[in-house]
Amino acid sequence: MKEVVIDSKGIHYKVLNFMIEDAINAGATKIVLENVNGQRFLLDGVNADVELEVHGTAGDDLAAFMNGPRVTVYGNVQDGVGNTMNRGLVVIHGDGRDIVGHSMRGGKIFVKGDVGYRVGIHMKQYEDNYPVVVAGGTAMDFLGEYMAGGVVLILNIGDAPFTGDWVGTGIHGGVIYVRGDVPEFLLGIGAKATDLEASDKKLIKELAEEYGRYFGVDPKPIYESRFTKIVPISHRPYAKMYTDD
Amino acid sequence: MCGLGGFINKDGKKVDGTAITTMGGMMEARYDERGGGFAAYGIYPNHSDQYALHLLFDDERAREATEEYLKDRVNIVKDECIPTASVKEIAPVHVPWRYFIDVPEDFEAVEADFLVDTVMKINGSIPGAFVISSGKNMGVFKATGLPRNVAALFKISDYKAYAWSVHGRFPTNTQGWWGGAHPFNILDWSVVHNGEISSYGTNKRYLEMHGYECKLRTDTEVVAYLFDLLVRKHGLSAEVACSIMSPPFWKNIDRSDKREYYEALRMTYAPAMLNGPFAIIVNNKDSMIAFNDRIKLRPLIAAELGETTFVASEEAAIREIEPELDRVWAPRAGSPVIARLNNAGGK
Repeated sequence: MKEVVIDSKGIHYKVLNFMIEDAINAGATKIVLENVNGQRFLLDGVNADVELEVHGTAGDDLAAFMNGPRVTVYGNVQDGVGNTMNRGLVVIHGDGRDIVGHSMRGGKIFVKGDVGYRVGIHMKQYEDNYPVVVAGGTAMDFLGEYMAGGVVLILNIGDAPFTGDWVGTGIHGGVIYVRGDVPEFLLGIGAKATDLEASDKKLIKELAEEYGRYFGVDPKPIYESRFTKIVPISHRPYAKMYTDD
Repeated sequence: MCGLGGFINKDGKKVDGTAITTMGGMMEARYDERGGGFAAYGIYPNHSDQYALHLLFDDERAREATEEYLKDRVNIVKDECIPTASVKEIAPVHVPWRYFIDVPEDFEAVEADFLVDTVMKINGSIPGAFVISSGKNMGVFKATGLPRNVAALFKISDYKAYAWSVHGRFPTNTQGWWGGAHPFNILDWSVVHNGEISSYGTNKRYLEMHGYECKLRTDTEVVAYLFDLLVRKHGLSAEVACSIMSPPFWKNIDRSDKREYYEALRMTYAPAMLNGPFAIIVNNKDSMIAFNDRIKLRPLIAAELGETTFVASEEAAIREIEPELDRVWAPRAGSPVIARLNNAGGK
């Protein structure tokens, strides 16, 4: 294993991303970024077997279009982590902000704390490829907006009543799980709450255990709780908008 | 996309303009060189009883016309060119000038309205003259340029203030010019904004009924006047003003135990509602208010450290000046962050 450490303080994101690219081309398998503060586009579009450790606040669009790497952030991330991400893993020891997992197509994002608005917006899946977003805290409005595939799991470890409004507005694929109750009036147009099946419980258990491993949390009380499952009312909500069939 | 930031030291401690310049500079990916600006509170302690008018003049004729107008109307205690440095990135299109003025005794009872009227008259009827700030012991500094270059132009680091805001503009619907840069101001209200006020036409007509004229050719201008109208003239709290401008949706009003209150606000103040995506920071001499459109279409992060409250488009902008914070959070859309001076009186 070849490890490279970069002090990112004061380095423009464009330069920092070139430094990361150079390190990968020189054979680095692990890159540690110290003193990151808001640098954008880290590991965007990177298609390599590499591990990235980010210390600080990661800037917008971390791991966008990423295809394989494993990223750990010791801090919060700004908007748009995992935008159109294809494959790989992002583990965030802090909070996520808005549009976590925007248009994501594969791989996993685990957020220790809360996430913001429009998390999982327009996530999609194809055959065996599906994206996963797990947050330990709570989520704000428009969770899973226009979702076309994948899994969003909100663990709500703080046990606060879930207040994210318009859950699953325009959803036509994939599934959202929220620990605890999601009252009917919080559901968006096109979304409905249904009962969990054995396969749902199995998936929640697996993801809660994975969350527990990353953040040192006992997953048992989490996955043994009651969850609300939110799915699309229709997979083709606009099928008859322009034609009769 | 724009970048905005601000902080207030609730204990009144003043700091120079270095930190706010750094804060703005951290968000350069969010804007371009077509509009940068700062608002600063507490910068004129030697003239704290006078209104400080900051103006932009196109030429000497505009300045002479403004002085003629002001001489007949107010007592000019002092006037001078706002000190600037030569900055190669910013063409000196306008001459920035400031007047410290007293309102004549006859008008003392209504001096704020008198001042608003004075500003509207200058902006509306003197060609090539624009008032960019008109509060006491505060000032707005803005130009067409990156915030860091605007800071250099106006020597922002020479001023000491207990509250600061910064804005970097990415003009979308209207031209980039000095007067179109943020903050927008009236009296001691100043506003920086990321987004669009799609309800501009409705808001503008409503404000015109109350004597405000929108002459600065940018949507954000209405927000400054709305705060002046709702809070200063109508005596509403900042919280209520935010509920008017960014109200809950009807489906949530129907469920609320304060249903009658929200219904009354929406019926009374329908034309003061702001539509469109926005993150806004509003300052006055006592407070800093930050709020979002109700479906959160623009970023806003808040933080606290000791006696200071920070807000910005990006967390990194806050952490660059204070890496270790007591608390960092993403405010809920429609729920304002309001930080007041500890010794602030009244609302």
